[in-house]
Amino acid sequence: MNSEQFQKKIQAAKKTDKVVTTILYVIGGFFLVLLIVLAAYILIKGAMGFKPSYLSFTSEGIGNQFFNTLYLVVLSLIISVPIGIGAGIYLAEYAGDNKLTAVIRISIESLSSLPSIVVGLFGYLVFILMTGMDWNLFAGALAVSILSLPSITTTTEDALRSLPKSYKQGSMGLGASHWKAITSVLLPACFPRIITGVILAAGRGFGEAAALLYTAGQSTVLNWHNWNLTSPTCPLNPFRSGETLALHIWVLRTEGSLHANSTDIANVAAAVLIILTLVFSLGARQITRNITKKATGE
Amino acid sequence: MSENIKISVKDLDLYYGSFQALKKVNLEVAEHKITALIGPSGCGKSTFLKTQNRMNDLEKGVKIEGQLLLDNKIDIYKDIDAMDLRKRVGMVFQQPNPFPKSIYDNVAYGPRINGIKSKAKLDEIVERSLKQAAIWDELKDRLTKSALGLSGGQQQRLCIARTLAVEPDVLLMDEPTSALDPISTSSIEDLAQELKENYTIVIVTHNMQQAVRISDYTAFFLLGEMVEFGKTEDLFAAPKDPRTERYITGRFG
Amino acid sequence: MKNFRKEYAGRSIVTICGLFLIALTVIIAVFLIIRGSGTFTQYHHSIAEFLFSSEWAPNDAVGEGGGKVGAAVYIVGSLLTCGLAIAIAAPLALAEAIFITEISPKLGSSLFQPAIEIFTGIPSVVYGWIGLSLLVPFVRDAFHAAKGGYSVLAAGIILALMIFPTITTVAADAIRSVPDSYRKASYGLGSTRWQMIWHVVLPAALPGIFTGIILGLTRAFGEALAVAMVIGKTRAFPANIISPTNNLTAAIAADMGNTSNGGEYNMALWSMGLLLFIISMICIVAIHVISVRNRKKTGGH
Repeated sequence: MNSEQFQKKIQAAKKTDKVVTTILYVIGGFFLVLLIVLAAYILIKGAMGFKPSYLSFTSEGIGNQFFNTLYLVVLSLIISVPIGIGAGIYLAEYAGDNKLTAVIRISIESLSSLPSIVVGLFGYLVFILMTGMDWNLFAGALAVSILSLPSITTTTEDALRSLPKSYKQGSMGLGASHWKAITSVLLPACFPRIITGVILAAGRGFGEAAALLYTAGQSTVLNWHNWNLTSPTCPLNPFRSGETLALHIWVLRTEGSLHANSTDIANVAAAVLIILTLVFSLGARQITRNITKKATGE
Repeated sequence: MSENIKISVKDLDLYYGSFQALKKVNLEVAEHKITALIGPSGCGKSTFLKTQNRMNDLEKGVKIEGQLLLDNKIDIYKDIDAMDLRKRVGMVFQQPNPFPKSIYDNVAYGPRINGIKSKAKLDEIVERSLKQAAIWDELKDRLTKSALGLSGGQQQRLCIARTLAVEPDVLLMDEPTSALDPISTSSIEDLAQELKENYTIVIVTHNMQQAVRISDYTAFFLLGEMVEFGKTEDLFAAPKDPRTERYITGRFG
Repeated sequence: MKNFRKEYAGRSIVTICGLFLIALTVIIAVFLIIRGSGTFTQYHHSIAEFLFSSEWAPNDAVGEGGGKVGAAVYIVGSLLTCGLAIAIAAPLALAEAIFITEISPKLGSSLFQPAIEIFTGIPSVVYGWIGLSLLVPFVRDAFHAAKGGYSVLAAGIILALMIFPTITTVAADAIRSVPDSYRKASYGLGSTRWQMIWHVVLPAALPGIFTGIILGLTRAFGEALAVAMVIGKTRAFPANIISPTNNLTAAIAADMGNTSNGGEYNMALWSMGLLLFIISMICIVAIHVISVRNRKKTGGH
C-alpha cells in the first residue's frame, strides 16, 4: 500500500471532521440566536408603539380579545379534556389488540394531521351554517377541541402506559376493580403528566386562528356591565361572536381596520401572545422537571 | 526465546472521576501471541483492554496516568491520535455489532473511510478479510444481503473480518464469545489461534477454560490491580499469588 | 355489586370516548368528501379541470353553476411554497438534529430542546406577523421585488421556520435511537466522528429522518394564515421566486365566509379542502409504509 497517499486521505478525513463540526456549531448557534432575536424583536416592537389604552377593554384595546382567548380555550378544554382523557384511558387500559383499536389509532393520527383550516371549514358548515347560528365562541371552542383531542388522548395513554405495572397489580391485588384502580391509583399517579399535556394543548389553543376565522368570528363587542347571559354583548355568553387575540392580529394586519394605528395594536397583541406562549411552554416544562425530580427522588 | 513486545504498559492508573478503576498496572503484551485477561466482573479487565486503543476516550470523566507504549516507541496517549491508533489496534466487542448494512459494506467500511474507493481493491480486501475470519465460504454468495440476518456466531466472525479489513497489528477482543452458543464459541476460539500467526491478540474472558485453551499468556485482575501475570500454563498450574489460586480453583468471584 | 356496576359504567364511558374519536374522524371525512365532490357531481366539472386549469371564475349563486373552477394556481402555489420550505428547512433541521444529539448532547438537552419547544409553540399568526413585519420588507428592499415583497420566497421562509422544529425533533429522536454499539464499532475501526455520523448513524436513522420531513411537509401544506399574510394573494402563477401568488389554504381562508353555502364557488373551496385532506392522508400512509419497511429490514435477526 502506498502509505503516503494513505496518510493524506486520513488527514483529509480528519480535516473534514473539523470543518463539519464547525459548520454544525454555526448552524446550532444560528437557531438559538434566531429565536432570541425573533422573541426580542416581537417584544421590542410591541413595547415601542405601546400605549396603555391598547390594553383596555375598548374597541382600541385588546382586553376583550384577551378575555375571549382565555374564555374560548377554557370552553374548549371543558369539552376536549374529559373526552381525551377518557379515550386515553380506554386505549391504555381496556383496548385489545384488535381492529377497533387500530381504527381508533388511525383516527387519532388523521385528526392530528388535519390542517386547521380544514377543521375551520368543517366547523363553519356544521356549527354555524347547519345550526343557523351566528359566529360564536362555543363553535370556536368546538373547533379547537377537535384540534386538541388527539394530543390529550395520546398524552393520557402514554402517561398511563409509563406507570410501573406494580401500581395496577398492587391495587387490584387488594381487591379493587380495574376501574377503581384507574381512578384511585393510576390517574392520580400520572396526573402531572396529563396536566402538562393539557397545558400544551391550551397553549396551542391560544394561538389558533385558522379554525376560528369562520366559527368564533372576527369581531367582538362587549358590554362589561351587561351580565344577562342571553345578550350578545354579555362577556360570559358563549353564544356570541368572540374574536381572539390571534384572530385580532390577523384582522388588523390583513383586512385593514378602523384604527389608524392598527399596526401598533397588532404589535402589542403579538407581544402579549408571545408572552402567553412562553409562560405556558416554560410552565409545562417546569412541571415535567418537577415530576422527573420527584420520580428520581432527588 | 526472542519475543518482541508489542504493547508495554507501565504504572497505569485509571480513574472514573474519584474512583480508581486501575491501580499501577504493569504488563507486556507479546507480539504474535494471545494474552488473556481474566478476573471477576468489575475487576478492571475490560477497562484495561479499552485503554489499549483509547476507546475509553469516549467515556466521560476518565483520567489516565502512566504510560502505554506501542512497538516500544509510540506513546499511545501522547504520540498518536486516537483515530490512527484504532486503525492499528482494532477491537472486537462483547455483543456482535454489525452495521445495518450489507455484509460486503460492513467489511468494506474501514477501508472506505480510509479513502479506498477502487471496487477491485475493495473486493480483494473483503474477500481476504472474510477468508481470514474463516467465514468466506459461508457468506460469499450472499455478500449483498443484510448483515443483520446472520446468526450471532456469524455476526461475530463478520465483525472480526471487519476489524481485520483495516489491517491492524493488534486485535483486542472483549469477551467475544459471551453472547454465543458453544459451537460458535469454539469456532471463534479456533479462529483466534489461526489469527495469532499474523496478529497480536489481547482477549478479555470470563471463562477460565477459554483462557487455558487459547492463550499463551494470562493476566489475573482483581479490584483494579493486576495480581499476577505469566505464561498461561504456569499461571494455572502453579499460581504464585494466593488470590490467583483462590480464583482459579473457583473459591471466589 | 356496586363495584361491578361502577366498573361497567366506567368502562362503557371510556369506550364511548374512544369510539367518539372514530365517529368524529368519519364525520369530518364524510363531510369533506360529500361537499368536496360537489364540484364534480353537482356542477359537473372534471377533476382534470380542477387540477390543471388555471381559469378560476366560479359562480356564487346557489344551483346555477357554469363558472370555471381551475385551481391550478392555488395548487402550484402550495407545491412551490412547501417545496421551497422543505428545501430550506430539511438540511438545516437535520444539521440541528445532529448537533443536539451527536455533537453537543449536553447543550442539546439543556438549551436547544427548550428553544425548539418554544419555536413549536409560537402561534402561526405570529409567524405571519413576523413575515409581514420583517420578511416582506426585506424581500422588497433586497430584491427590489415589483409587488412589494409579498412573495413565494417570503412564504417559503416562513413555512421553513415553522416546520423546522418538527423535523428537528423527529430526526433527533431517530438519531438517538440508533444503537450505541454502531458508534463504538465505527470508532473501533478508527473512523472520525463525522465519518461515524455520515456512514453509520445517518443511514441507520434515515427512515426516522424521512418521517420527520414528511411530518414537516404535512404541516406546511396545512398552514393557512401565516402563508396567507405574506404570499400576496394574487391569482397568477408566480413569474419567479420573488413574485406573489396564492395557495390552497390562503384561498380557503380568504373566501370561505364570502360564498353562499352550496354554490359552485363554495363547493370549489370545499374541493380544495378535500384536496388538502387527501394530501395529509397520503403523508400518513407514506409514514406508515416507511416504518413497516424499516421494521422488515431490521427485523431480520
